[in-house]
Formats: sequence, structure tokens, C-alpha cells
Amino acid sequence: MTLTPHTENDAAYGIRNAASRGTMLSIMGGGTRSGFGNSVLAEETLSSSALTGIVDYEPAEMVMTAKAGTPVAEIEALLAVNRQMMGFEPMDHRAVMGTAGEPTIGGVFAANVSGPRRFVAGAARDSLLGIRFVNGRGEIIRAGGRVMKNVTGLDLVKLLAGSHGTLGFLTEVTFRVLPVPATVETIVLSGLDDQAATQAMAVAMAMPVEVSGAAHLPQTVRGRFPSVELPDGEATVLRLEGLEASVSVRAEKLCDMMRSFGSVSRLGPDLSRNLWKEIRDVAPYKGFPNKPLWRVSVAPSIGHQLVAALRLEAGVDAFYDWQGGLVWMQMEADPEEQRLRRYIKALGGGHATLVRAPDAVRERLEAFHPECDAVAALSARVKQKLDPDGIFNPGKMAGV
Amino acid sequence: MSEAIRFLKPRTAVVARRATIIGDLVDLLPPECVVHEARELVPFETDAFVAYRRLPLAVVLPKTTEQVAAVMRYCHRYGIPVIARGAGTSLSGGAIPQEDAVVLGLSKMTRILEVDPANRTATVQAGVTNLRISDAVSPEGFFYAPDPSSQLACTIGGNIGMNSGGAHCLKYGVTTNNLLGVTMVLVDGTVIELGGKHLDPAGYDLLGLVCGSEGQLGIVTEATVRLIAKPEGARPVLFGFDTSQEAGACVADVIGSGIIPVAIEFMDKPAIEICEAFAQAGYPLDVGALLIVEVEGSEAEMEATLKKIVEIAGRHGVRTVRESQSATEAALIWKGRKSAFGATGRISDYICMDGTVPLGKLSYVLEKTSEIVERFGLRVANVFHAGDGNMHPLILFNANDPEDAARAEEAGNEILKLCVDAGGCLTGEHGVGIEKRDLMRHQYSDADLNQQMAVRAAFDPDWILNPSKVFPLEGRPAA
Repeated sequence: MTLTPHTENDAAYGIRNAASRGTMLSIMGGGTRSGFGNSVLAEETLSSSALTGIVDYEPAEMVMTAKAGTPVAEIEALLAVNRQMMGFEPMDHRAVMGTAGEPTIGGVFAANVSGPRRFVAGAARDSLLGIRFVNGRGEIIRAGGRVMKNVTGLDLVKLLAGSHGTLGFLTEVTFRVLPVPATVETIVLSGLDDQAATQAMAVAMAMPVEVSGAAHLPQTVRGRFPSVELPDGEATVLRLEGLEASVSVRAEKLCDMMRSFGSVSRLGPDLSRNLWKEIRDVAPYKGFPNKPLWRVSVAPSIGHQLVAALRLEAGVDAFYDWQGGLVWMQMEADPEEQRLRRYIKALGGGHATLVRAPDAVRERLEAFHPECDAVAALSARVKQKLDPDGIFNPGKMAGV
Repeated sequence: MSEAIRFLKPRTAVVARRATIIGDLVDLLPPECVVHEARELVPFETDAFVAYRRLPLAVVLPKTTEQVAAVMRYCHRYGIPVIARGAGTSLSGGAIPQEDAVVLGLSKMTRILEVDPANRTATVQAGVTNLRISDAVSPEGFFYAPDPSSQLACTIGGNIGMNSGGAHCLKYGVTTNNLLGVTMVLVDGTVIELGGKHLDPAGYDLLGLVCGSEGQLGIVTEATVRLIAKPEGARPVLFGFDTSQEAGACVADVIGSGIIPVAIEFMDKPAIEICEAFAQAGYPLDVGALLIVEVEGSEAEMEATLKKIVEIAGRHGVRTVRESQSATEAALIWKGRKSAFGATGRISDYICMDGTVPLGKLSYVLEKTSEIVERFGLRVANVFHAGDGNMHPLILFNANDPEDAARAEEAGNEILKLCVDAGGCLTGEHGVGIEKRDLMRHQYSDADLNQQMAVRAAFDPDWILNPSKVFPLEGRPAA
């Protein structure tokens, strides 16, 4: 059975009712990320699909409030009219996860979904200013607000962001938006191996040119960005955005420096926009539903070392975003979970999340990276304070 | 001295055991790390919210995470309140102790542990000052972005406790947006690590919860922060207007036009006069309100951005536009702004408000603020971060006159309620502390506050960490 409340009060009533019956609820937005995390064992589904609509949008204040079930497409369309955007570039998971439907804004924040600009402009959680949600007792809770600076009380906004519906049912979100940059250009460095590319990206990020995207696309994926033909060899791509005059000056400066690493070419605005959208949506790995896909977050200098270490023993293909710190890793067959997590730990820490795998694999693996005992215990206590009966998305996240 | 804000009643069982507790702390830590002579405790009795003061039971100044853990294990075992303290620059009383509490000061945890240019991170002990991080990474071409006015003195541990902001946060965000990881001691002495050099948490965002929790969830002993490449150049420009309303409207228009300068700071006439007298920064004295707008980048970029801002300011009747002509002049402009609180303190006692309002409400709130303060027969100076709506009315009063002090507090409370009612919040960067604790119910419903307190209790079920702060004393859950 699916509960589809039309108001926040209805949602609260439904949740209170479920709690009193001890009924477990699977929390659903648009369902486009439903394969994310472990499978949920619940009797009923609670959907935000009828909680829709943009509640408030002040372009001059760069702030929008929308009900949680509002389609991302609707929000992006209205922002575009005002030449604004979500600065954290939320990824669209549909292609790579093989799902259909409409992503919702509530889902974006519940899963803390970001894209290539995250490493300089912050994650979804950094743009989230305020929320309304219903906790596991069926109480309506408001946290944060609609102003950029707010340190009034405990920051439950950050806690709920990325909690994948295990702490509360989001009903409304208020978030910061940014102006769309007047133009965008991409510097392409060709022919660098993973290690040299990582060094080049670190050098670029240390320059005062405000790079807003830094990805490395090895030979195996270079040809898998359908809308852009990249030059031969590996491609290390660096994005510059802003006013036209400013971008061209910075591009010159960056090219001068990067020539010491390899041959340099440039992509104009349209190709750049296409390329970064395809990087955001992990285009190279769509269409392989049976190959396990990991999303790995480590220190930027570690990403390529991790891949090199795994390659000695496992079938792995990878490309890098966030200056090398975000590794998208597609496994040939075996997910190699233990080995991957062991190496991450040995190389200084980080985490790996299983984004896609055949059902049989998902059933036996922990999708989220296990935390150390003390942190896991703390997280479990926090969960207990928001959802004492454990009715929200049981099993979705490890240990809580 | 004002006594309107209450503290929790000291735990008599703890106060009665004072001598034993001090003896035990001396056994736990090296001798130079425990302070307990009455005379030596005085510097710890208050912070920058000087209207309130309480002598602590003792002060410990550990040097390592292990020593902090030993103190927490001990205090947890005997139910002794612990107040974390950075440099004591809190404007909301966040570090003011109480008679039954051990102050845990960070002043001996001042090592910079690692600067990692390849990953753009610095890892430091929590007692390192904010500005020292930027100084330490400057040779590599980086800086640490959040820059509270007290950055010369305040510590990164205190910044994390309060989720501090600063003038340059408009572009780069506040502490929580620049914090990658912490080592933290939980109330029972368990040491945990949250985050690291990678981005985003594996599970719940406990790091996001800890940042700004005002010392109530644990003691942060080390921090890893994000570094940013220093811009090629930066230039503050002064824009003078006849009225605060014009300046306020100009701010909203600049932001609305899609330009995000690094900083937009606002001063009204009283603030301009006070700061100019102190810093001789070259602020125009014939204007009613002043904006300091900082742009950065290459010469060409700064020119292009400035041109647009000047155009917008022209539509709002700007009277004076003055670019700083040299690094010295630029430094003076910022010195004047950053010493605003200190300079005000030279001419009068004051309390500083910290409410944030939506940009569209700036002019309205400024006008209402003047009305409120006048109604109480007091004066106000406004100097604040206009770009993000974070207001700092300084209410001037005479601390030797208890009635004047009470009036100032009352006027302050009305202003903060005004900010909340205008769609904003009680505090943008200074924290709730004790100062705004009793106003929390104006911003939050009982259910909202109960939920926050329940989450707090997941970390500190017995309420021994900074217990008199943030949450109204009435209506707390039974320990």
C-alpha cells in the first residue's frame, strides 16, 4: 500500500498512525534513486509525490522554497527563466541506475546529491538553508530558515541532508541558488596518465583562476561522452566559469601553466555545458546494469593510487572528478567490496558507496561504507531520537 | 552588572567536592595544565559578553587529545559540568563558566599538524588561531576563508563551536562549509574522528551537526579545513549614500543582479564616525551610510565587476565612490571595519546583536531598529555583513546604570524578535550562548526545540557539556 499525503498534516497523521501500528514505511520521492542504499523491508510506502509546488522564490535574494515532491525539472525550469541555478549541480541518477520517473527536490536533499562543482561550491547540504519534516513520532519539525547565515540552535538541516529518509519525512525544503555564469569554457589536457593528471589538477587548483570543475577521463571512458568529441588520448578537463572577459583572461593563464604537463586544447560554452552534464551523470557507465558501480570519496591525491592498487587484483574501470577525489568505479563482475574498503582505509580514509549492482549482489553487500563502532553507535542513538520506533526506511543505511 | 539571565543552579554535590576534584585533575594532567587559585581563575570568569561572569571550579589546559579524553572521562564519571573555551571572544556568552564547572581551555593546543597543498587542506589543533591558519598556508598560495573580526585571537575550535562567519563569507561560506573533518572527544572520553580529507560523510552528517553546537556535543581537539587559492588581487571599494535605506536597497540590487562580491559590509553614520576616529581609514564623514564592497581577481576582472556595481549604485543615488589606491589603504579600510566593536567599546558600553534577515527586508529592519532603540532612549550604531543580511546593531548604553543596561537588553530582545518576524533568525554567526537562549521559543516551536534537545541528548544525556547555554532552562527533558 502507498500513502500519498496531500498536506504536511496528512503526512503527520499517516506517520503517527503507522507508528502506533508498528508499520514500517518505505520513504519515496520520485523513485529515481530507489536502488540507492540497501533494500528496505517495509509494509507500506510513504510517497511525497502529492506534496508539490514552489512555495516561494525570491530571485533577488537567491532563495527558493519548494515542497519536497516538486520535480527537479520544474525547479530548474523556473530558475533558468531567472538565469539562476542550483550551484551544487545535482546529478540525475536515472541513466546510470536504469530508473525511470521524475527526480524530486526532496530526493536531492535526502540523498545529498551533488555534482562536479561540489568540490568548490559545496554539496547539496551546503545550499540547504531550512527544512520542514515529520519525525517518526508524527511531529512536524522545522529546522533552519531562509537566510544564508543562521547559527540558531542545533543544525538539524545538515543532519537530515543525506540521511536517505531514515530520520524524517521531508515535506518542504528552502535552499540557496546561484546566478548562472555568463559563460563557461573547458581546458582539455591530453595524454596524461592518472598520476600526472592528478598532479596537474592539484596545480590548477592552487592557481588563482577559480577552476569550477576538475575531472580526469582515462582512455577507457574518453569516447563515452556522446555529445563531445575529445582529442585522442586521456583527457584531463578543467572548467572555468564567469564573466566573458574574466574567463578568457583566466583561460590564457591556465593554459600557459598547463602546457608544461601536456598538449592543451579548449572547448567552448556549448560543448563545455554538455560535457560537464555528462560527467555529472556518469555517462560512461550507463547501460551496464550488471556491472557493480561504486562512488568513492577520498582525498584527491589518493584516488588514482586506490585505482592502481585495485587494478593489480581486480577488473576495474574508473574515472575521476573533484580533482581526483571522487572516483566512479565500474567493476567488471565482482564488486570487490572487502578489497576496496581495505585499500581506502590503508590509503588514509574516505568511503565507498555501492550505487548500482545486480539484485543478488545488493542483497549480500552493505551499500554504505561502515563506520567505526563509536560513530556507528552515535548515529544509532541519533536515529533513535528522531525515529524511536524505527519505522522509516528500515535497513536502508547500515547500523541505523 | 546585569543579572537578568539565569544560570543553572550549581550542582551542590560537585561544589562540595571542589578540593578533591582539583586534586584529581592535578593527578591527571601535568602541573602547568591545571589552574585553580582564585586569582588565576578570574580571567576565565567571562568572555566577550562581559555583562555576565561566574568563577569556574577549575580550569584545565590540556595539550593533547588524550589529556582531553582523560578529563572528560573523569568529569563524566562524577557529573561535573565542562565548558569548552577557545580564546574567550564569544559575544553571546558561549564560554562563560559556572561555579560547578571545569573550563576546558584550548590555549595549549596550538600546533599546526599538517599543511597538505596537493589536497588543499590544513590539519591543526583546535587552539590554533583563525588567522594563523591563513598565515601558515600563505607561502603555498592558499588561505582559510572564514574571517571573524576577532580572527587574530579566536581559535578554530571556537569557530567550530559557533560555526563562525565573517566578512568574506558571502562568497566562501561560513565555518561549516569549510570544515572537512574533526577529531573529537565525546562526553565519556571516547575519541572519534568525523570526516577527513575527503568530501561528504559515509553516513549521517555528524560533522555538520557538531559544527555550531556550542560545545554541547563534545570537545573538538583537531580540525581539518579546506584551503582556497589566494586571489590574484582584492580591492575594497567605498560607496557612500545619503541614507541607510538607499544603501540597503543597493545591496539587494547588487546581489539580485547576479554579482556576488567577496564581501559587502554596511556602516551607518554613527558607526562610520566611531570607526574613522579609531582607524583613520579614510571613510567619508559626509554620508549617512557606507558600503565596503570587496571584489577580487585579476585587474581586468576587478574592473569589470566594479563597473557593474558602480552602475547599480548610481541607480540608488550613490554620493561617493572611492577605490583603495594601495595595499596599505585597503588594509586600513578593513582595519576600520574589523575594529568596529573595539572602537565602539572605547566610547561607550554596548551590546551587539546578530540577527539575520532576508535581503529584501534590510531597509525595513534598519528603520524599525532605529525606532526601537529611540523608544528606549538609547543610541545605536549599525555595522554588519549586508550581503548575507547578517545585521549587527550595537546598542550603546551605560553599564554603570543598571536601568540603562536593562533597557539595552530589552531593546536588543525586541530587535531580535523583529529579525525573526521578518523571516530571519536570532543569530547569524555569534551563537545563542546565554545571551539569546531565552528568545529561542520566539524562533522555534516546542516540538522544534524538543527535537533539537533530544538529538543533543544522544551525545550528552546528562547535560554536563556547557549546560546553561542555547536551550531555555524551562522545559528541558529530565536528565
